[in-house]
Amino acid sequence: MPKTLYDKIWDAHVVHEDSDGTSLLYIDRHLVHEVTSPQAFEGLRMAGRKVRAPEKTIAVPDHNVPTTPDRVKGIENPESRIQVEALDSNAREFGVHYYPVNDIRQGIVHIVGPEQGWTLPGMTVVCGDSHTATHGAFGALAHGIGTSEVEHVLATQTLIQKKSKNMKVEITGSLPPGVTAKDITLSVIGRTGTAGGTGYVIEYCGQAIEELSIEGRMTVCNMAIEGGARAGLIAPDEKTFAYVKGRPHAPKGAQWDAAMAWWKTLKSDEGAHWDKVITLRAEDIAPVVTWGTSPEDVLPITDSVPAPECYSGGKVEAARRALDYMGLKAGQKLSDIEIDTVFIGSCTNGRIEDLRAAAEILKGRKIAVKRAMVVPGSGLVRAQAEEEGLAQIFIDAGFEWRLAGCSMCLAMNPDQLAPGERCAATSNRNFEGRQGRGGRTHLMSPAMAAAAAVTGKLTDVREMMTETA
Amino acid sequence: MDRFTALTGVAAPMPLVNIDTDMIIPKQFLKTIQRSGLGKNLFDEMRYDDQGNEIPDFVLNQPAYRKAQILVAGDNFGCGSSREHAPWALADFGIKAIISTSFADIFYNNCFKNGMLPIVLPQEQVDILMEDARKGENARIAIDLQSQTVTSADGHVFSFEIDPFKKHCLLNGLDDIGLTLEKVSAIDTFEAEAAQARPWV
Repeated sequence: MPKTLYDKIWDAHVVHEDSDGTSLLYIDRHLVHEVTSPQAFEGLRMAGRKVRAPEKTIAVPDHNVPTTPDRVKGIENPESRIQVEALDSNAREFGVHYYPVNDIRQGIVHIVGPEQGWTLPGMTVVCGDSHTATHGAFGALAHGIGTSEVEHVLATQTLIQKKSKNMKVEITGSLPPGVTAKDITLSVIGRTGTAGGTGYVIEYCGQAIEELSIEGRMTVCNMAIEGGARAGLIAPDEKTFAYVKGRPHAPKGAQWDAAMAWWKTLKSDEGAHWDKVITLRAEDIAPVVTWGTSPEDVLPITDSVPAPECYSGGKVEAARRALDYMGLKAGQKLSDIEIDTVFIGSCTNGRIEDLRAAAEILKGRKIAVKRAMVVPGSGLVRAQAEEEGLAQIFIDAGFEWRLAGCSMCLAMNPDQLAPGERCAATSNRNFEGRQGRGGRTHLMSPAMAAAAAVTGKLTDVREMMTETA
Repeated sequence: MDRFTALTGVAAPMPLVNIDTDMIIPKQFLKTIQRSGLGKNLFDEMRYDDQGNEIPDFVLNQPAYRKAQILVAGDNFGCGSSREHAPWALADFGIKAIISTSFADIFYNNCFKNGMLPIVLPQEQVDILMEDARKGENARIAIDLQSQTVTSADGHVFSFEIDPFKKHCLLNGLDDIGLTLEKVSAIDTFEAEAAQARPWV
């Protein structure tokens, strides 16, 4: 029977299946960060259990870490410090791989995993973090889990799962200039809604997906969770193999050849069954921004703030509440919305390609916002950006050049919005209070965020590209 | 883990759609290394003002709902992050069951690990239960896991679906890890075979 890519990876990892379909799924890589793991390690200790496969477990602190240069002196906030110290000692006690705060390889767990070659095609990857979907860009089955499941994976290297349904999201044709992976993934959520993917694993495919870089594919898969899907994935191809090859934990020699032989089979078969299919034409996708407090509240930058009455059911009240929280009025042009702050970074858009895209807009320009920061996704991304001269472009434009971490994406660290502060952000969630209590978040691509930084309001990046040309 | 068998109680109405995990438990409370004590910060930014005073309008601050054990909520409850702090905070407050038309996947799974029952019902049934919830003490809702039913205050009985394994674990308060470790020889065998088939992993 023809299989989808998800079917193939699933089948290769089933340890045991009950008659009702409840399955024990083997986990190839377990990524761990400081926020969702302390209670899991404590649970192991209480039960006298060990980590079953410490060699497949990779820990890195990212959510709590400050991103200012003075962090080498330690973390000031006592609770954050305790959480990071707990990860330090748990990693040592249980013998898992660990990248401490001041290691150049430290960064956001979903950027570090692929960068170090831990994430490989065909793997099962989990982490106590919803944005684990990022790793699906390699053709891995990757998803977030809760802390009880973190403990379960630590103890057994397996998860109790039921198989999800298969959804295909096809993006036909080529993206127009100024339109990026972020615009694809936000536009898909705009189409399906934040619950549209519930119960599904999404495979993204089509010419526009094939034409994306690996970094772009990570951006697309990263936000599969915002569409409600368990995971998002993309079939591996030559770009994937080229990205993986030579990374510290990628296979080498004969093992590389054996891996490649299997990896090349990792694609959905002709005639495979899809429970749901969604198709978008790349040429119909525009640079988008969010206006509300859910990632589904997304519109092309050329549009206006919608009226709550345009919606139906519970969404009417939710939209009303969102406009009130965001301080916006129906009918207001999106491109008239003034911005206080710009945040470029996160597991969605904190990779080298994202920094290049933003720097291209910022080159020779100055910011017109109160503050702007770039937070590279890892120490290695930061080093590469410095080597490529991108850091200097950001600094010259007036951006703060920070150290790696989750930063203002979720504001568990000192990087936060003040009440009412309005931010153009490249992160993934515009929920109420996400970037700080009362903070107002507009999600967009790095190039769009850079354009907003220059003009001080939400801006169609395509206009600035014409200026450059 | 706590068992869940049956419950009759007051339900708090939260009709807002897409109630996300940042609303349920804002990030500043994720810095704990414990599972307990999060109930006081449940829905913190909706429940308290900047000074930490209760916002009287918020449902769980109203006298009728301060001891609610059930939530009736809008679509897609629990969307957002994987933080198990969300069910921990709900459970610590005293919520044992949540009724909605849909739940986000990770939140839904996390509930079962904490002795909580998330119940999916069609819109029209949720609407009836939402009306009951608005009546507070005067309209208690009854949930029975064994028979997979929710009974509204005026006696409508609604059946809900639940995965048999999850039901079994919840009824008996079973610990997943213990169950899985009974299959440790299957894991050993799988690992040995996988090491042959995919030695690079």
